[in-house]
Amino acid sequence: MENKTFTISVYSENNVGLLNRISVIFLKRHINILSLNVSESEIENVSRFVIVVDTTEKWVKNIVGQIEKQIEVIKAFYHIDEETIFLESAIFKINSSLLFDERQIQNIIKESHSEIVTVSRDFFVISKTGRRSEIDELHAKLKPFGIMQFVRSGRISVSKEKMEITSLLEELQS
Amino acid sequence: MRISGAEAVIRCLLEEGVNLVYGYPGGAIMPVYDELYKFKDELHHVLVRHEQGATHAAQGFARATGKVGVAIATSGPGATNLVTGIADAQIDSTPMVCITGQVGKHLLGSDAFQETDIISISTPVTKWNYQITEAHEIPEIMAKAFYIAKSGRPGPVLIDITKNAQFDELDFSYKKCTSIRSYVPKPSLKLEQVKAAAEIINSAKKPMIVFGQGIILGEAEAELKAFVEKTGIPAAWTVLGLSAMPTDHPLNVGMVGMHGNYGPNVLTNECDVLIALGMRFDDRVTGNLATYAKQAKVIHFEIDPAEVDKNVKADVAVLGDVKETLAAILSMVDSKTHESWHNEFKEKYNIELEAVINDELQPKKEGISMGETIEMINKHSKGDAIMVSDVGQHQMFTCRYSKFNSTKSNITSGGLGTMGFALPAAIGAKMGRPDREVVAIIGDGGFQMTIQELGTIFQTQVPVKIVVLNNEFLGMVRQWQQLFFDKRYASTEMINPNFIAIAEGYYIKAKKVTKREDLDAAVAEMMASKESYFLEVLVEKENNVFPMIPTGASVSDIRLS
Repeated sequence: MENKTFTISVYSENNVGLLNRISVIFLKRHINILSLNVSESEIENVSRFVIVVDTTEKWVKNIVGQIEKQIEVIKAFYHIDEETIFLESAIFKINSSLLFDERQIQNIIKESHSEIVTVSRDFFVISKTGRRSEIDELHAKLKPFGIMQFVRSGRISVSKEKMEITSLLEELQS
Repeated sequence: MRISGAEAVIRCLLEEGVNLVYGYPGGAIMPVYDELYKFKDELHHVLVRHEQGATHAAQGFARATGKVGVAIATSGPGATNLVTGIADAQIDSTPMVCITGQVGKHLLGSDAFQETDIISISTPVTKWNYQITEAHEIPEIMAKAFYIAKSGRPGPVLIDITKNAQFDELDFSYKKCTSIRSYVPKPSLKLEQVKAAAEIINSAKKPMIVFGQGIILGEAEAELKAFVEKTGIPAAWTVLGLSAMPTDHPLNVGMVGMHGNYGPNVLTNECDVLIALGMRFDDRVTGNLATYAKQAKVIHFEIDPAEVDKNVKADVAVLGDVKETLAAILSMVDSKTHESWHNEFKEKYNIELEAVINDELQPKKEGISMGETIEMINKHSKGDAIMVSDVGQHQMFTCRYSKFNSTKSNITSGGLGTMGFALPAAIGAKMGRPDREVVAIIGDGGFQMTIQELGTIFQTQVPVKIVVLNNEFLGMVRQWQQLFFDKRYASTEMINPNFIAIAEGYYIKAKKVTKREDLDAAVAEMMASKESYFLEVLVEKENNVFPMIPTGASVSDIRLS
């Protein structure tokens, strides 16, 4: 079975130890977590993990089962890229002089549809939200000019299909 | 009621019906011990000699009774010493609650004396764990702990309680936990799954059942028996499924797995339908997965959805509590006998009898065999004893040759293979079932891993029977060295102490048997003893356990020699 990129979505209670409990499941099988994002979900007091991994479908199925059986996990799903809308964000800190001295920089910002977040005497910050490839492209273009700091977030995604979580919670609570 | 956190811990245990706990005191758990002193008439605490012993005793208690076993330890080394038993309980689905003391909340993370992050350490090996840092959390968390440990597929839960939470006061009221919104203990029965399974079973020509511990944990013994008897399907057991049906039941065809019986292993690869009941296709059961039951339709009765398709792909998965699903399928399956199919098992059994069993039970060699010792215990126990085995050759002989009339009678470390398990587990089993004879079968290696628990036996006067099968080797590893490492016996020879003197040092009646003619009388004396009894049997040094599926081989390539 071939490896693919899977996005795992986990709905869970907001619990301190749960991240550790979930990451252990990947660790046991030597699966590298490519990206991880934890945030609130559309449901009050329910957290949502978005985990991106590169593995086989058999393993991702096993893993999702093992995640789902953790006590505080309400439900876990997995999707391939085609089944989700996904984004990442990145911010770049760049020397301010470049903004004025290098015309090319302004073109790059414009063409990449990135945003200038702040400009100060010494540096300016731009942000870009989009697919990984778009961020990588922007990074490649800015790199020759010198990047003071760069950081990229984990993937966030929503599925195209409905994830039956709200009804499930209602069922569980009734 | 305004009480201390420590008292609340005791009251929670009493509310859960616990009257027996195993443990070892220490600094961070002292407030709880102080309360144990006050409650000693209601809650009996057994002082073990090492915290690992507390977990195995709690496991033995749980496995023999079906109730939750409880172990208590202090922070730091006390807590880390529990880890082996917790891991064992996790992989063998044993309901257990471990309570550990922890340094005060204000010291957490400061590398304080005897501080260890037991929550992180125990996370991969617990069903659930939680650190209590405020006294008021105790009742709710303890209730959750017991609910989680026992419900669904059982498992170990660890509750770590900081010292301040034990000292501080709370308004105590207890409410048992009956549900947690994010936790589904067992999937609900789906009639279409049961129907699909019944259809396949009814059209099967050569069906075979493999039942596991799920039957025992789900208390589905009667349902299993009814299902097997109506369908007439040959039923084999896994190591942990053993004793769920009487071993002499005519439809039983023996044990599957690495050292299981020849017939059920070989015929796994010839059956047309394989019905797995409450078992998880462990690699010691399946051998090489690529060649395991490929010709068969697989029906998997399972409580834990994560086990379905994990190792073996199921054609039909029947999710839910096996007690309910087996009861539901009974009226849908046809009454059959499968006579000629049973004859194939009988033929295979006769091959094994000739090649292996006769020689094991009536050996021609001068030395006593492990198998004949088990057979001698059968003769005197009549199959009514709880057999607690350790890990290694003697364990496989115990599982292969013990006679069992009733359930919850085979207690052994199956999934984790924990040497040192049996002696403390036997203590727990006997305390849980004082009405039953409990015999621990242990090798000379494993015995020395938790030998200090003889002290617990002496102090509590618990009348367990201990049999050490001494071959002066770490026998199972030696067997592998002989077969696969060209007889290079690296660090498997044991120069043993005088076990009789050690047992007698703990004031336990002890006897050593070295000759076959003395075995009968010695086993009779041990079984008749009202007190604990230690029997050392010097067995043939280099006997092997057969049949055997070598690692990576197919179940049908099982070796008879």
